[in-house]
Amino acid sequence: MAKAVSLQSIDIVYGGSGGYRAVAQASLDVAEGEFVSIVGPTGCGKSTLLNAAAGLLSPAMGRVEIFGHVLNGLNEKAGYLFQQDALMPWKTARDNIAIGLEVRGVAQAEAHRQADDWLAQVGLQGFGGRYPHQLSGGQRKRVGLAQMLIRNPTILLMDEPFGPLDAQTRQIMGNLLLDLWSREKKAVLFVTHDLEEAIALSDRVVIMSSGPSATIIGDHPIHLARPRDAMDVRLDPAFHALHKRIWEQLRGEVMKAYQGGVV
Amino acid sequence: MSQARLLTYQILVAVGFLLIWHIGSSVEIFGVYFLPKFFFSTPSDVFFRIIKLFSGPLIWKHLSITLTETILAFLIGAGSGILIGFWFARRPMINAIFDPYVKMANALPRVVLAPIFMLWLGLGIWSKVALGVTLVFFIVFFNVYQGVKEVSPVVLANARMLGMDEKQLFRHVYWPAALSWMFSSLHTSVGFALVGAVVGEYLGSAAGLGYMIHEAEGVFDTTGVFAGMVILAAFVLVVDAVVTRIENKLLVWRPEQAGRNEA
Repeated sequence: MAKAVSLQSIDIVYGGSGGYRAVAQASLDVAEGEFVSIVGPTGCGKSTLLNAAAGLLSPAMGRVEIFGHVLNGLNEKAGYLFQQDALMPWKTARDNIAIGLEVRGVAQAEAHRQADDWLAQVGLQGFGGRYPHQLSGGQRKRVGLAQMLIRNPTILLMDEPFGPLDAQTRQIMGNLLLDLWSREKKAVLFVTHDLEEAIALSDRVVIMSSGPSATIIGDHPIHLARPRDAMDVRLDPAFHALHKRIWEQLRGEVMKAYQGGVV
Repeated sequence: MSQARLLTYQILVAVGFLLIWHIGSSVEIFGVYFLPKFFFSTPSDVFFRIIKLFSGPLIWKHLSITLTETILAFLIGAGSGILIGFWFARRPMINAIFDPYVKMANALPRVVLAPIFMLWLGLGIWSKVALGVTLVFFIVFFNVYQGVKEVSPVVLANARMLGMDEKQLFRHVYWPAALSWMFSSLHTSVGFALVGAVVGEYLGSAAGLGYMIHEAEGVFDTTGVFAGMVILAAFVLVVDAVVTRIENKLLVWRPEQAGRNEA
């Protein structure tokens, strides 16, 4: 299968040459329609890697290829779901979702019609007129999902999107994401610090070492049956075996980050 | 505290204040008036003077002149503040060059400009408008500058990932952010527009509330001064109420504003 995203031994340095080397020699491929999670200790540069795939950061060394073409500038094939609130607070949920189409030149009426359709798909029918602050954290994430998906990107980049939510809401959002993803499979690069979440959602879990000069040190295929229920799958014995195996590798990195004073 | 009780206490404060004023100015205590009429007038005299003023035609002329000056000062000051605030925020070089001069101009007590404006623009309304503009401009300028500078980087990155170009970013992100900051200073800037108008009138003019007070003061008409002050205060309250209404309409998306609406 074609590679949707290909990070080829990239280095990312903050603050010019001689600055802080957050990521060193990291390589990662995501195939079309593949769901890959990146797990690693706090501050290891997971988000940095994602920003490189989005074109928000350019690597100091190595290169980023999107569907075989070297990425130059923003990745227009990708949608990005941020950890923090990224909705425009002055726009209603409907306008926030529709804007991605409107900036492409789609007429407002049509953009709103599709936005309402997406609101229904993420379970927010009737909430179109609400402003972000009138929505709960989980509802805002649903709007963010719809905002990203309405543009029909072929690559989804997600930076701990459900991080700020409570445990139950996270699992519900995980299921919603799997449901939307299974309808039309897109390449997903999902950053999380929650190993269980990563295993429950992904086809592959990659482990990042602790920073600085973080890199990818482990690549674990997840052969759990699909369609999956992000909640029930956690009770599967195969899930436990995977969790145990990956955690053994991850724990070493977490301890290193802890001793390095990052945590 | 319940609404009714709060109102009762608020009225009691006013009654107490008027009572002290009345007794001090009209009742001899130990052979002296604590608040001699010549300096303090009496509440009833002021009240009847206001009634008399409002039964004549002149007061409406004064009010409309002051209102015109306030509105013009606000519109011109806010308009130029928005434009230049935007320009400075988007062009750091321009900002760096002009920064010391902006600070210097802002540090100058604006009242000293009044004679110059009168020299340049005459005793009509424009010298008062100019004084108001110098006050309003800086408030709006600093707020808009701050607003554009402090647009959340996450919202900005998200807007970019949604495919916005520079022009669309301006329209959908920078502009609403800057406007919201401007509106958050709306009360202050409208207040300053009024201060500019009244102070300008006070220093030299032939009409307006400031002129009315100045005229009364010139003939030691304490009652007239107090009547003018009460009318001015009432006028400010009305203007402020109008501003609050506009604000609530325009800033529905703001958390604290909505809170106030729901209360």
